[in-house]
Amino acid sequence: MPQKLGYLDCLSSGTPVVTLSCGPLPPQIRVKPDNTAVVTDGVKHSMNPFCEIAVEEAVKLKEKKLIKEVVAVSCGPQQAQFFDSDFCLTQETIRTALAMGADRGIHVEVSGKDYETLGPLQVSKIMAALAKKEDAQLVILGKQAIDDDCNQTGQMTAALLDWPQGTFASEVTLEGDKVKVVREIDGGLETIKINTPAVVTADLRLNTPRYATLPNIMKAKKKKIANVKPADLGVDLTSRLEVLRVDEPPQRQAGMKVETVEDLVCKLKETGRV
Amino acid sequence: GVRVHLVCDMANPLRGEVIKLYKTLLYLGREYPQGAAYFRERLKSAFMKNKDVTDPEKIKQLVARGDFVIKELEALYFLRKYRAMKKRYYEPEK
Repeated sequence: MPQKLGYLDCLSSGTPVVTLSCGPLPPQIRVKPDNTAVVTDGVKHSMNPFCEIAVEEAVKLKEKKLIKEVVAVSCGPQQAQFFDSDFCLTQETIRTALAMGADRGIHVEVSGKDYETLGPLQVSKIMAALAKKEDAQLVILGKQAIDDDCNQTGQMTAALLDWPQGTFASEVTLEGDKVKVVREIDGGLETIKINTPAVVTADLRLNTPRYATLPNIMKAKKKKIANVKPADLGVDLTSRLEVLRVDEPPQRQAGMKVETVEDLVCKLKETGRV
Repeated sequence: GVRVHLVCDMANPLRGEVIKLYKTLLYLGREYPQGAAYFRERLKSAFMKNKDVTDPEKIKQLVARGDFVIKELEALYFLRKYRAMKKRYYEPEK
């Protein structure tokens, strides 16, 4: 008997991605001259890969008729972000999710300083508030964003809602009013069964996200995206973190080639490693 | 390269399909490894090469070939992204 569950998906917006170019000049991630942040202007952005997997899982569950509706959520500025682009990144991210099969979107408007300091704590507060407002039964997120690699939002959201969590999911099965989650852990795989409502975070092997094709993107334009302000949700976005400094990793020293094992041992001794 | 066609005959019902195929490929070409401009050049010349094809069977074959290229591009992009993720975040399999 298919269950009627509402779903919420969290998307990480504005994730800078180094485009994997095979051309002669691969783009580099650079630190701003004042060492306050990474340069994001002009850098190609797209939906966080783990979030794509989360969206795919939600859409799959809907296609199996196990859930009623998929709602895609993203937080970010309303207006266009970059001087050389005239589209809104957050909207584009939500539209991609809608093109993949989500039913409707929610754009949580966060801009300026609030957006610069937006982190897992703030996002999880927003997600928790929305989950309650939308009466969601399942919140699916990517396990971490590839720009900050925090791996905290899902866990914090579950804690704020006092819901069980199935993180690093490589398999999700709905069984009645429970969710069976196979988790990827250091020692291998762990299978748990948790009650709904619950939070699940997607790991790489959960599924293979579909590509948002042009016809689906066109169809997705008819789907609704609601605009919501954090204040409407009663969420305080004040950050408790202050970024002191951002530095590039040290330049990798060129390696040395040695001819024999004796040479290797010699060099290791010289540099004080043995 | 892609061998499809641009049908100039306004009455041909396959014209819509051809244009849709071109648009889809153009959209996918934005993320092509050697650049969107490179892809667009080759896409256009491939279509122009076949612009005088009128036989509907031949046209359908060429469109099917174009659909195959779409699947190849989607696979390329998927592999590229997920290989990068796997390399970055997971231990190499022993």
